[in-house]
Amino acid sequence: MVAADAKPCLRFWEGRMRSFAFFLAAGTWFAATDALAGDLTVVSWGGPYTKSQVEAYHKPWMARTGHRILSEDYSGGLSEIKSQVLAGNVTWDVVDIEAAEGLLGCDEGFLEEIDPSILPPAPDGTPAEQDFLEGAISPCMIGQVVASMVFAYDRERLSPGPTTIHDFFDLEKFPGRRGMRRSPKAALEMALVADGVLPDQVYAVLATPEGVDRAFARLDSIKEQVVWWEASSHAPQLLADGEVVMSTAYNGRIFDASALEGRSLAIVWDAQVLEIGHWAIVKGAQNLDLALDFIAFASKPENMAVQSSWISYAPVRHTAAGMIGFHHSNPELDMRPHMPTWPDNLKTVIWQDVEFWADYLDELNERFNAWLAEG
Amino acid sequence: MVRRIRALGLTLPLLAFLLAAFIIPVLLFLWQGVHDDTYARYMPHSTPVLEAWDGVSEPTEAMYEALQKDLVQARKDKTIGKVATRVNRESPGGRSLFTSTARKAARLEAPYKQAMIDLKPAWGRLETWQALRVAAARYTPAYLATSVDLKYRGDGSIRRQEEKRRIHLTLFWRTIEISALVTIFCLLLGYPVAYLLSNLPARRSNLLLILVLLPFWTSILVRTTAWIAILQGNGVLNDLFVAFGVIGDDNRFSMVYNRTGTLVAMTHILLPFMILPLYAVMRTIPKAYVQAAHSLGANGWVAFWRVYFPQTLAGVGAGVVLVFILATGYYITPALVGGQDGQMISNLIDFHMRRSLNWPLAAAMGFVLLVLVMFLYWLYDRVSGIDRMRLG
Repeated sequence: MVAADAKPCLRFWEGRMRSFAFFLAAGTWFAATDALAGDLTVVSWGGPYTKSQVEAYHKPWMARTGHRILSEDYSGGLSEIKSQVLAGNVTWDVVDIEAAEGLLGCDEGFLEEIDPSILPPAPDGTPAEQDFLEGAISPCMIGQVVASMVFAYDRERLSPGPTTIHDFFDLEKFPGRRGMRRSPKAALEMALVADGVLPDQVYAVLATPEGVDRAFARLDSIKEQVVWWEASSHAPQLLADGEVVMSTAYNGRIFDASALEGRSLAIVWDAQVLEIGHWAIVKGAQNLDLALDFIAFASKPENMAVQSSWISYAPVRHTAAGMIGFHHSNPELDMRPHMPTWPDNLKTVIWQDVEFWADYLDELNERFNAWLAEG
Repeated sequence: MVRRIRALGLTLPLLAFLLAAFIIPVLLFLWQGVHDDTYARYMPHSTPVLEAWDGVSEPTEAMYEALQKDLVQARKDKTIGKVATRVNRESPGGRSLFTSTARKAARLEAPYKQAMIDLKPAWGRLETWQALRVAAARYTPAYLATSVDLKYRGDGSIRRQEEKRRIHLTLFWRTIEISALVTIFCLLLGYPVAYLLSNLPARRSNLLLILVLLPFWTSILVRTTAWIAILQGNGVLNDLFVAFGVIGDDNRFSMVYNRTGTLVAMTHILLPFMILPLYAVMRTIPKAYVQAAHSLGANGWVAFWRVYFPQTLAGVGAGVVLVFILATGYYITPALVGGQDGQMISNLIDFHMRRSLNWPLAAAMGFVLLVLVMFLYWLYDRVSGIDRMRLG
């Protein structure tokens, strides 16, 4: 009885959804006309990060296959992917995605499932599944790099500089404004560690209401002095402008600004939050086979090692990590100590718990936004 | 009659365009704010059971059984993720509760109630089931309630949101406050400029008009970023203050990444929308009126306030409404220069559109904003009359 009456309602809704999708399609139509059949669209975060991917993966892949890659930038999230899938007009193929978002996108059916058997084995014959870091392969995502949210400061402006996460939260010892990413991710973890929680217990504490209160209370103590950034290029900029004395940032951005642009920025590795960047394929991608081929190609250990000679993010394959050498343009710059996974940097480390964030992202975002708006 | 039809025919393309590109999409989107059948669509067995349940009594074995059946099916159909996402909005942690239970659901045996509680203790809690009941409803006031800081609960009651999660009313109020301030600043700054424009000889006023229009033609992003360069701690303005000894080097003004930044940048960006209607109206006012007032003995202020100003009211009205309504919808500028206390409701709508993907909540908030602006427009109409407004 109920099922029977659910049906017309369902059809009604689908009709609506389809017409809504049509309007979305109208919006993406102009973008779509740009790509020719056989061109692979690869979407990533822009800046030096995309540059490292272009050099390590795009160029050799294009030379090998003869297909063109259109490189697009985005600022994360699932909204463009959701719009394209709902509109039935998918213009993106491969997307570089954050783990928690990728998990949700997979759940909601916005991403293609990827068969891990496409991944090439290590040179010594070790199967890919054993060569990747734990958790780097999931139904819709193939891990690519280990990136890290660290905090950094300008050596010229702050001397002696901070050495631990406690210093970041200590306004008396180090007065001045702090830059932080406008997101509860990493901020809450760092706040808890600064409050005395052991790094490996952060998520157990954060899953309790008291733990969340505790993290926010710690953030409260510096809130007045925080400048929130959103685009990852903004963090080194805030430091360079002297707008803040310290800032959380992705370690690759700081490396780029200090080692290459000659700024005197230094990274504090204490309580760094490690996360894995992933490749994913948008559901209904027009060039599915090419996309899979591209991801398989980019997952070769030797190619991954090339990326790490352009930016200080570590490959997710053990064999690739062993191949990391010197910077591509500076043969004296050893890239290994700049990797977030370098043993010296790994002393106090928080591995981002993807399941936790997939579960609590909405709730903590809500709380975080409300907390920010308190003003 | 024929002529009227012909006239109507001429406007038809525009009407059709508006309908297709604006009105229908907006309505469809608003519809999402009250209608969400994700759960009902993929969980056909437990939906009617949840609807029949009163929301307060102990969940029965039949409810557990229906849910188990749905979980098995949804996992097979790979729709479990969509359902889990929907439930997670009502009950944080519900996503992994659903996906992990679904993984094992096929192996559960009757009595399901005990089996599920043994698997995950959360299934024994009343709140879990109340959240499901909210998620199962096809038509739900939950999103609208959330967007005005209320919480629609599984037992059908509506209460105020707990204090730490209240955000929307604060932001709606702040949006009105910032928009009103920006409007006032625009009026104070724009009125003299428009007056100057309309009273200068044509050649010089044209040059001045270009100066007003140039920024108007420049992208919002460029102008906002320029304000960052001017206002920031080590920016042009602070450097000047320090150079002239107004402030010390180590206590520079914080003029950006806060409300000040939002107000300054938005005022600058919206200024042309105030100046242009004012200018258009002022140009049509004959100089003879003010001269007549003077010759009848009025001093400068009286002549302005009693004779000139009332004639510009139509332009003031147009400018005020235009600037205020545009300001309520601003989000790029506050996002870039607003810091934490310069954010407006549109920034949160943008967040739910792009980040949390909670489109229904974004739709509900958009609806509340629309109603709010309509109400203020109505109020304005009652106080000063829309038909007196002129754009030129």
